[in-house]
Amino acid sequence: MRDVSMYKVETKATWCPGCGDFAVLRGIQMALAALEINPNDVLVVSGIGCSSNLPGFLKSYGFHGIHGRAIPVATGAKLVNPDLNVIVAGGDGDGYGIGLNHWVHAMRRNFDITYIVMNNQIYGLTTGQASPTTEKGQRSKSTPAGVIELPINPISMALVTGSTFVARAFSGDADHLAKMVELGIKHKGFSLVDVLSPCVTYNKHNTYQWFRERIYRLEDNGHNTKNLDDAIKKSYEWDAKIPIGVFYETDRTTYEDEEPGLKRGPVVSQPLGISQELGKELLEEFE
Amino acid sequence: MPKTEVVVRIAGAAGDGIASTGESFARVASRSGLHVFAYNSYQSVIRGGFVWLQVRAGDKKIYSQGDEPDFLIALNQDEASRHGPAMPSGSGIFYNSDKIKIDNSMVKERVKLYPLPIKDLSVKYGQNPVMQNTVALGALTKILMMNFDMVVSVIKDTFGDKNKAIVDANIGVAQAGYDYASSHWESINFSPKYDYDSRRPVLTGNQAISLGAAAAGCKFYSAYPMTPATSILHWMAAHSEKCGIVVKQMEDEISVLNMTIGAGFAGARAMCGTSGGGFALMTEAVGLAAITETPVVIVTSQRGGPSTGLPTKTEQGDLFQVLGASQGDYPKIVIAPSTVEDCFYATAEAFNLAERYQLPVILMSDLYLSEHMETVSNINFNVGIDRGLIATSNGNDGHFKRYAFTENGVSPRSLPGMEGLTHVAASDDHDETGALISDALTNEETRVRIMDKRMRKMQYALKELPPPKLLGPPDADITLVGWGSTYSVLRETADVLAKNGVTANHLQIRYIWPFHDEAVEKILSNAKRILDVEGNYSGQLAKLIRMETGIKIERKLLKYDGEPFYPNQVVKKAMEVAKA
Ligand SMILES: Cc1ncc(C[n+]2csc(CCOP(=O)(O)OP(=O)(O)O)c2C)c(N)n1
Ligand code: SF4
Repeated sequence: MRDVSMYKVETKATWCPGCGDFAVLRGIQMALAALEINPNDVLVVSGIGCSSNLPGFLKSYGFHGIHGRAIPVATGAKLVNPDLNVIVAGGDGDGYGIGLNHWVHAMRRNFDITYIVMNNQIYGLTTGQASPTTEKGQRSKSTPAGVIELPINPISMALVTGSTFVARAFSGDADHLAKMVELGIKHKGFSLVDVLSPCVTYNKHNTYQWFRERIYRLEDNGHNTKNLDDAIKKSYEWDAKIPIGVFYETDRTTYEDEEPGLKRGPVVSQPLGISQELGKELLEEFE
Repeated sequence: MPKTEVVVRIAGAAGDGIASTGESFARVASRSGLHVFAYNSYQSVIRGGFVWLQVRAGDKKIYSQGDEPDFLIALNQDEASRHGPAMPSGSGIFYNSDKIKIDNSMVKERVKLYPLPIKDLSVKYGQNPVMQNTVALGALTKILMMNFDMVVSVIKDTFGDKNKAIVDANIGVAQAGYDYASSHWESINFSPKYDYDSRRPVLTGNQAISLGAAAAGCKFYSAYPMTPATSILHWMAAHSEKCGIVVKQMEDEISVLNMTIGAGFAGARAMCGTSGGGFALMTEAVGLAAITETPVVIVTSQRGGPSTGLPTKTEQGDLFQVLGASQGDYPKIVIAPSTVEDCFYATAEAFNLAERYQLPVILMSDLYLSEHMETVSNINFNVGIDRGLIATSNGNDGHFKRYAFTENGVSPRSLPGMEGLTHVAASDDHDETGALISDALTNEETRVRIMDKRMRKMQYALKELPPPKLLGPPDADITLVGWGSTYSVLRETADVLAKNGVTANHLQIRYIWPFHDEAVEKILSNAKRILDVEGNYSGQLAKLIRMETGIKIERKLLKYDGEPFYPNQVVKKAMEVAKA
């Protein structure tokens, strides 16, 4: 166990007081401390949103990219340097809306990265429009008469798309959240930690109180995390009872393990250029 | 006088094996010591459609596919009827006389017909329809008095040791064609200087780009398939393990460039490739590379636009798309390589510039340059690698100034994993340490300083990049102006004009951005008559030149029919302009 202060920086988080994202930041720091990973060996990648400001508030390498595109940046870095611990952090708009395409493909590829979504069911940074996880009927600035479409169910989607670790956490249960992040980082393969992280400013429906009345822990309930069918069944629970904890985990070879270009180890540590002999051989193919 | 150069056109439908026959002939010529230039005019259909490929070979450097063919190999009746009547006097047509009917009334005077009884000639070897191509190849090499051993060696290398039966059958039918020609027709008086010991590689621009990337230490390549960039992906994927390059086909071009940026940020030399439509999807991330100061190389190979446009036809219509890509002012370098050989060196150079200036470098090719085949004489894999400024550990953890204000705007970068040099690279604007200065934290003074820092790179890059040179006599009657793939045809045009008593010189713009305004202005203000030659509708380079130098080029030869320039077209226009 390392001291959590190792992962702190002087920059103060700019989130609204009470924002669920504080607990996520703390959870990541606690998980890294528990796993004794040096800040130098961590890369946290994000997109754009309140939640995506997170890399600036912790000590590690960070890449704060453009809206919805954190996963491609993260997987590019991971593929050239698999020794890095790569964490992607962002919002539900960022990941399940504009960036959904990348998320889905990253899961089926099973890159060994950890994806933490601060799911507040609203667009926070742009001041409160409906997001892909806003519940049907909810009013927002862009849906004054209520959302018409159904929300995305990230847990079910991750389960059917090949994510090899799927968990949900709640910002109101910080220690459990840290544990979920820790398990996600430890897991070899793609891990999704969907965090119910209330936006106290723009989502007046899915509040801490609203969640507290519904949340229960899967592990207290004898849930078998190895059974995909059970996990899918559990993923449909919402409204009355909302499960948090690990839904599913499984072992599958990671993308990096099978990538032919990595047979000689991380490409970032390979010498550059090619020898005259290899060059000659490559040219001969065209003679 | 004996001919020292020959132009062969092979015409048929997609799926007829035209590309492989053309490539085989190109290699036979190259293995005979000749220079070769070949262009394949095809369409976006796998079978059917009209396709033709033209190969030009000779003992001096060849600059284009040439104009009228000396020989036509017609693979079906449609193509025989379409191309036959246009064949010039003195030329010849090879065709399968079992299937195709041509008679002297269909062609110009003195066009020689070479009917080949394919069935009889190939019956022994099983009658695969593409056998007709190989019979014709054999017959053609006889008529050109080429050494049949080279045909044998090309067939062997094409099919490999594994397929002995196929190799034997192909050699058999080629030999049958050769023998048939030998007993029925005279060879023509074609006697270039053959040299069977020197064989030059026959490369497309995309293959040269791939080799250049490998030579420069590219470790990551990503793409989403899109003509005419796809063959880079194919080469990279096929050589991934051998060259230690991670190659990833992604779900779209947005992820392609973002992923390439991730790889570049993590310290790999990283490249991606696309065409105009894919580049449009990448644009937001081009600015991301610039503001995070992440080195990446982007290849965009142009095809006919707008929208899906002409997917398999060439054009130079994306100059302003590339210059205008992404919001805001930001530093970038845009290079338009001019020849296949230059594709190799420009790519290697792009990696050095990307890392030295920590910015996106965009290589602009087009279908013509990316896909035509050319013999190259001078490929040296020792390209020289300069990784630019990399920080060394300073124990100053948490206070590393990733974006330190420096004179030339370039700050030492640290790579994830390096001790004590953590920082966040942000798409929001930031200060020297990477801390955000956007939104509530906006700091006008820092914003101006960081913008100035980034943009200073362009001043220094402009000083470093060699200014364009005028090729040919300085006081020529006419100055030809172009960019990218038109280099070769303009060069050939200048030579032809000289033979016709008109002196021409030639300005080819290779560094599109930053633009060498002073050098270009100096050259053009001394020109007698200027002809701008571009493969687009609006004369985009001419507009850029006017924007940067104030010089308005009145005379333009613009082409947007999907086909490349042919030397005759440019010569004709240049003669008009020179005499005006
Ligand atoms: C391409 C693009 N479109 C739109 C935006 C504006 N924008 C910034 S953040 C955001 C949504 C943020 O929502 P979410 O990802 O859920 O994060 P939160 O702020 O709620 O944490 C949008 C639409 C943008 N930055 N880029
Ligand atoms: S607007 Fe919402 S999501 Fe954004 S910082 Fe405030 S509480 Fe958090």
